[in-house]
Amino acid sequence: MATVFGATSAAISVSSNSRKLHLPSRRSLPGRRAGFLVVRSDAGANPNAGPRRAGQLITNAVATKADAAAPSAPSKPGHELLLFEALREGLEEEMARDPTVCVMGEDVGHYGGSYKVTKGLADKYGDLRVLDTPIAENSFTGMGIGAAMTGLRPIIEGMNMGFLLLAFNQISNNCGMLHYTSGGQFKIPVVIRGPGGVGRQLGAEHSQRLESYFQSIPGIQMVACSTPYNAKGLMKAAIRSDNPVILFEHVLLYNLKERIPDEEYVCSLEEAEMVRPGEHVTILTYSRMRYHVMQAAKTLVNKGYDPEVIDIRSLKPFDLHTIGNSVKKTHRVLIVEECMRTGGIGASLTAAITENFHDYLDAPIVCLSSQDVPTPYAATLEEVTVVQPAQIVTAVEELCQ
Amino acid sequence: MALSRLSSSAPGSNLLKPLTSAPSLRRSFSAAADDSTPITIETSLPFTSHVCDVPSRTVETSPKELMKFFRDMALMRRMEIAADSLYKSKLIRGFCHLYDGQEAVAIGMEAAITKKDCIITAYRDHCTFLGRGGTLLQVFSELMGRQGGCSKGKGGSMHFYKKDSGFYGGHGIVGAQVPLGCGLAFAQKYSKDETVTFALYGDGAANQGQLFEALNISALWDLPAILVCENNHYGMGTAEWRAAKSPAYYKRGDYVPGLKVDGMDVFAVKQACKFAKEHALKNGPIILEMDTYRYHGHSMSDPGSTYRTRDEISGVRQERDPIERIRKLIFAHDIATEKELKDIEKEMRKEVDEAIAQAKESPMPDPSELFTNVYVKGYGVESYGPDRKEVRAVLP
Repeated sequence: MATVFGATSAAISVSSNSRKLHLPSRRSLPGRRAGFLVVRSDAGANPNAGPRRAGQLITNAVATKADAAAPSAPSKPGHELLLFEALREGLEEEMARDPTVCVMGEDVGHYGGSYKVTKGLADKYGDLRVLDTPIAENSFTGMGIGAAMTGLRPIIEGMNMGFLLLAFNQISNNCGMLHYTSGGQFKIPVVIRGPGGVGRQLGAEHSQRLESYFQSIPGIQMVACSTPYNAKGLMKAAIRSDNPVILFEHVLLYNLKERIPDEEYVCSLEEAEMVRPGEHVTILTYSRMRYHVMQAAKTLVNKGYDPEVIDIRSLKPFDLHTIGNSVKKTHRVLIVEECMRTGGIGASLTAAITENFHDYLDAPIVCLSSQDVPTPYAATLEEVTVVQPAQIVTAVEELCQ
Repeated sequence: MALSRLSSSAPGSNLLKPLTSAPSLRRSFSAAADDSTPITIETSLPFTSHVCDVPSRTVETSPKELMKFFRDMALMRRMEIAADSLYKSKLIRGFCHLYDGQEAVAIGMEAAITKKDCIITAYRDHCTFLGRGGTLLQVFSELMGRQGGCSKGKGGSMHFYKKDSGFYGGHGIVGAQVPLGCGLAFAQKYSKDETVTFALYGDGAANQGQLFEALNISALWDLPAILVCENNHYGMGTAEWRAAKSPAYYKRGDYVPGLKVDGMDVFAVKQACKFAKEHALKNGPIILEMDTYRYHGHSMSDPGSTYRTRDEISGVRQERDPIERIRKLIFAHDIATEKELKDIEKEMRKEVDEAIAQAKESPMPDPSELFTNVYVKGYGVESYGPDRKEVRAVLP
């Protein structure tokens, strides 16, 4: 499992297949780092760790494989790559597998993609399969949907998720609803993907979280990737799905490095990922906040708490099975998300959990979200807009009283 | 010119009469319906073009085709009028946009293309659906929200679709179907089908930005897209001169060629569509502006007389009605008698009434249908209860 730490706190390197109980050393960094510290890990396939030792202080908060080589471990060593390369690999494999898969978006072709996700694909597959569009989101999203009605499988890239607001009509009415209003005649197997989320001082309009706006549209599925492993798996699953899928990537996660298996694998679109099993509190998160949570988890573990961290991955529909089992075990829920407080994914998740698992809760659900403000440019203000690990630690402490 | 003849039997020089006529100059209807002897007609008005050549005004047709056009248009007209009375008796609810007056566009287009070509239009889609091979029963069931409807009762008047014959709807939001149509054209080019897409929109939608975006992309990528502006001169209550600085919609493509067509003349429409198909397969997008007219208001909740005079409506009905034009042609060429045509109209009326009666028998959708077709079943989209034991909603 890849672990990345925000530049606001100390960076720590971990080698995950060691079982040494050592306190990680803290190094202070000069000022803010612009990039991420890259951590290698060997975790590939199943994030479920082995049996936990109850009561023992777990110093390594990252979920580790119990013993390095489990029988189900891949025989090949796997290869290391960055998240955007993992997306590209998934995309390339699907394009090779299915000739109806095509990509359309701004600068995806000759330029190679503004985040290099489609680099090299235009040379390989030509202009008809990797299409450079003019800056016309409304119409090229509509065109992708029209093409999907006939059986093609377009992948529509928004250079930034925020630009897809211009295509909202097409996504809501035509993408989400055509299967229903045509009585099942047409299916729309599109994938709409793009980076969103708060970046590094990109300004308000380029730091939007659209998952809250899209979540009510009936007929679409939404997933958010957070590691190279699940990025590739979700990309492949989304392309293979016959339903319209919106794949939310995050601007700051593109340079995560991880070792992923050489074999072909696909993740399930509706399943959540157990990042770190625990006993005391369930922390639900997705996308970039996963890393803030994991960072907070280390602090919490040192303080004696045992948080269970679940990356919900599937934003619509929620994986209430995994979440429910976790709630039944820990009885306390903390949701950490990057969406706005009002009407965000956390709000819907709170409602869903309260409706279904109210009897299992010992305390009200706490939801940490971004502030209901446009993201400011100034670095200090931007930092406060988003949930930081310190706030997560405080919230867990309060929740577990 | 054939169209100048008004009387049904004109002894004397009619160069277009078949030379081997039976002793009686009138033929029986059943014979005419199979007769494929070519007849040459000229369209009522010449075409006007923008950045392209004009197609010829001379069109070849046959008695068989004339009778088919008459029959189909009479059926469409009757269907729309029946929908009007169904709406007034509250069997059809919501929005109901009627196409009577514009039948020539639907019929002429169908005559020029195959079912492999795609048509996509906006919400005034009842007759286009019928032209693409839909049945009256499907139309009326869908309008009344019954199971037998083409979209299982879940779409309504604005969402008719027929995938197997290339009819892609049926869209409620003005202008949104044009990028979809260009996407269909893209898919046709991608699959190297040698087919074209007709994306229909109205004069109101002609001012939508996404139209120009889609046109730009279609021209860049050389897509076989034909954008057809059904200009009935009113965008709901706003006349075209009040909505568009330049109401010459066929010229609005700038670098994209355009053709202005008399949309009330089914042969002009047929000729233009044939021309457009050939053009689009070779040279990329083209715009067709069909000068047409709707007798009803924008929809059933619009009387249609607050923004135009009744004289205007009845004037168009007298001078340019597409069915009347065919009728005159039929008489001019002695293909059928007045009585035969009236019998056809009665037959159409009967068909429509029967379809309505049958549609009324069709049941309302089952409540479980609320959750069907939200998702396509694939990659495990099933919503389970918390214990994963009960399936709360299986989405097929």
